[in-house]
Amino acid sequence: MERLLSFESDHLRATELRLGLPGSDKPSVRPKNNKRASSEISQESKSNSCASNAGNDDERDSAPPAKVQVVGWPPIRSYRKNTLQVQAKTSESELCRGMYVKVSMDGAPYLRKIDLKVYTCYPELLNALENMFQLTIGKYSEREGYNGSDYAPTYEDKDGDWMLVGDVPWGMFITTCKRLRIMRGSEAKGLACV
Amino acid sequence: MESESKRKKESPNTAELAVTASFPDEVLEIVLSLLTSHRDRSSVSLVCKDWYRAERWSRTQVFIGNCYSVSPEILTRRFPNIRSVTLKGKPRFSDFNLVPPNWGADIHAWLVAFAVKYPFLEELRLKRMAVSDESLEFLASNFPNFKLLSLLSCDGFSTDGLAAIATHCKNLTELDIQENGIEDSSGSWLSCFPESFTSLEVLNFANLTSEVNTDALERLVSRCKSLKVLKVNKSISLEQLQRLLVRAPQLEELGTGSFLQDLTARPYADLESAFNNCKNIHTLSGLWEAVPLYLPALYNSCANLTFLNLSYTALQSGEFAKLVVHCPRLRRLWVLDTVEDKGLEAVGSNCPLLEELRVFPADPFDEEIIHGVTEEGFVAVSFGCRRLHYVLYFCRQMTNAAVATIVQNCPNFTHFRLCIMTPGLPDYLTNEPMDEAFGAVVKTCSKLQRLSVSGLLTDLTFEYIGKYAKNLETLSVAFAGRSDRGMQCVLEGCPKLRKLEIRDCPFGNEALLSGLEKYESMRSLWMSACNVTMNACRRLAKQMPRLNVEVMKEDGSDDSQADKVYIYRTVAGPRRDAPPSVLTL
Repeated sequence: MERLLSFESDHLRATELRLGLPGSDKPSVRPKNNKRASSEISQESKSNSCASNAGNDDERDSAPPAKVQVVGWPPIRSYRKNTLQVQAKTSESELCRGMYVKVSMDGAPYLRKIDLKVYTCYPELLNALENMFQLTIGKYSEREGYNGSDYAPTYEDKDGDWMLVGDVPWGMFITTCKRLRIMRGSEAKGLACV
Repeated sequence: MESESKRKKESPNTAELAVTASFPDEVLEIVLSLLTSHRDRSSVSLVCKDWYRAERWSRTQVFIGNCYSVSPEILTRRFPNIRSVTLKGKPRFSDFNLVPPNWGADIHAWLVAFAVKYPFLEELRLKRMAVSDESLEFLASNFPNFKLLSLLSCDGFSTDGLAAIATHCKNLTELDIQENGIEDSSGSWLSCFPESFTSLEVLNFANLTSEVNTDALERLVSRCKSLKVLKVNKSISLEQLQRLLVRAPQLEELGTGSFLQDLTARPYADLESAFNNCKNIHTLSGLWEAVPLYLPALYNSCANLTFLNLSYTALQSGEFAKLVVHCPRLRRLWVLDTVEDKGLEAVGSNCPLLEELRVFPADPFDEEIIHGVTEEGFVAVSFGCRRLHYVLYFCRQMTNAAVATIVQNCPNFTHFRLCIMTPGLPDYLTNEPMDEAFGAVVKTCSKLQRLSVSGLLTDLTFEYIGKYAKNLETLSVAFAGRSDRGMQCVLEGCPKLRKLEIRDCPFGNEALLSGLEKYESMRSLWMSACNVTMNACRRLAKQMPRLNVEVMKEDGSDDSQADKVYIYRTVAGPRRDAPPSVLTL
């Protein structure tokens, strides 16, 4: 009984609209904008859009004037520069800055999104999900899945199949996971017993 | 040479004559051959004629820091028995595209001279030289004892040249190709090592991108039982790496290929056991595109690691911290700034023996980035790693107070290279220039040999350097200083200065000419985008005949301005292979 009540109030809190990082009850703090206007040589803007920004004095954190890169600065060997640029491009196209996937929970009125790149292993992810949705998922076991808990985390993979979170190595998981769904325990049991 | 004129003054008495006569040259040569340091040998050669002679006959290794300071003829005339040559060519700023193409430093003329005078040449180490395939082929065909080839930051050759080396050098023990501008057309060069070839001890082709024949590589590794260093390129997968490790458990330095692969349980266990079996690995690099998932396979190997090079691996702070916990014996660490301050805190906590730290920027040109490292990471390392003496640190913000703390914790810096990536950036907390930071460095670190400064700097920084940096040999300056006085302080105050490189500073003719007498005691001076005129350069060239004063003109610049100046001492006179854009005055 008690648990149901607390669940409802949690549920209400969950539906409360506010700005905030998942799992936090405090009012949000906007991440500091550390864009620094550069004090060095600035020449022609790289893109024309900067011209319109420059005129807008109301913008407190207007983008710094785009500058032509100074030749040979910072002093990094061409070989290293080229290698890292190639790597950045390939990893960007695959993993991006942030791998946001939708997370739905059975019974919740709206979906959430989380950045898979922030986590390095399953326990971290599950912890985050537990915090975000204020529930317990329980421990993973190869034999029984998430038996013993009310919820089971599942995900849709590249082939469109719904899989139980935790079976494959983490690296493989984050590259194949397209969206997450937290299934109610009763439904999930069907998945686990094979 | 000066030594000969010195000798003329002395008139030996008979007792001394007797002593000198009973000490045969051969014995002296044997004694001197035990000297390995170049500086010691230089000193020895200046003692007297006999010693000069003995030294030149016994010298087998020569180091030439500027290939234009001497000519092949002069070199081969003085030293008849050289087996190992190290040559450095272009000015260091050529690494950053500040030197025009075809500037020079071509190895070919040297090889031609060596083929005649040093046919028994065994080792060649080149840095920033222009090397063509033709030269590599010439090398491979003309030196039957050739053992060691090391190319660092060179350009002009392709994998065809490497194929020639692999095919013809029957006694090769070392092939070390690093960070070169190489035209990588195919990996077939590796297959050119004959099946009978077994002498390889060092193989580093991490620089190359083409796929090599993995079977050929495996066979090569299997039959070279003395292989100690193996650094493969990105094309080698984790599974292939495991197969190589199994065949070379004696490896001491390993450069992995791409650490990115979907491994299921079985191959992962094999990989881990392969690593565990290599009990002698003390240096690890490569780890291109490492997926953190597989890093635990390395954990056991990390216990003995002294050098970890992660400068091509974009690890986040958490993954990196987990790895570094396993590296308590680390002495040298190279990382990308993706590990952030938190990662560096982990270094401070886990690596008390650390002596060298290099932090490279993963994305130096992206201004949107709000990550990277700050002064906090550096400070954290300094608290935990008191033996730190070599640092190269790229960051986006710094404070004077942080640097003061750092050098207080680590007063033994010999190399302090700080690069605050936005030119002319002040202390971000106080908005003051960074003069006091570098003042603290030179005041506290009496052993300082190499210094690179950055941030907003007035002449005060250079006053400090001139006053305190008495052991300074190399100084790199960019976007700094207020007047000629800055440069003058350095030239007047640093007795051991050998290399001075300056770009984009308001130093002009007065500063340039104040160092007139100094430049002959230095290896070289580079000044670009400063306020130096052609006339001043001409005056310098006229007064100092033993200096080469070279000016590189940019297209469309004012005729009277000397855009880029490179000045160096030489006994070989003005060079004759300069391209049209380089004027020798």
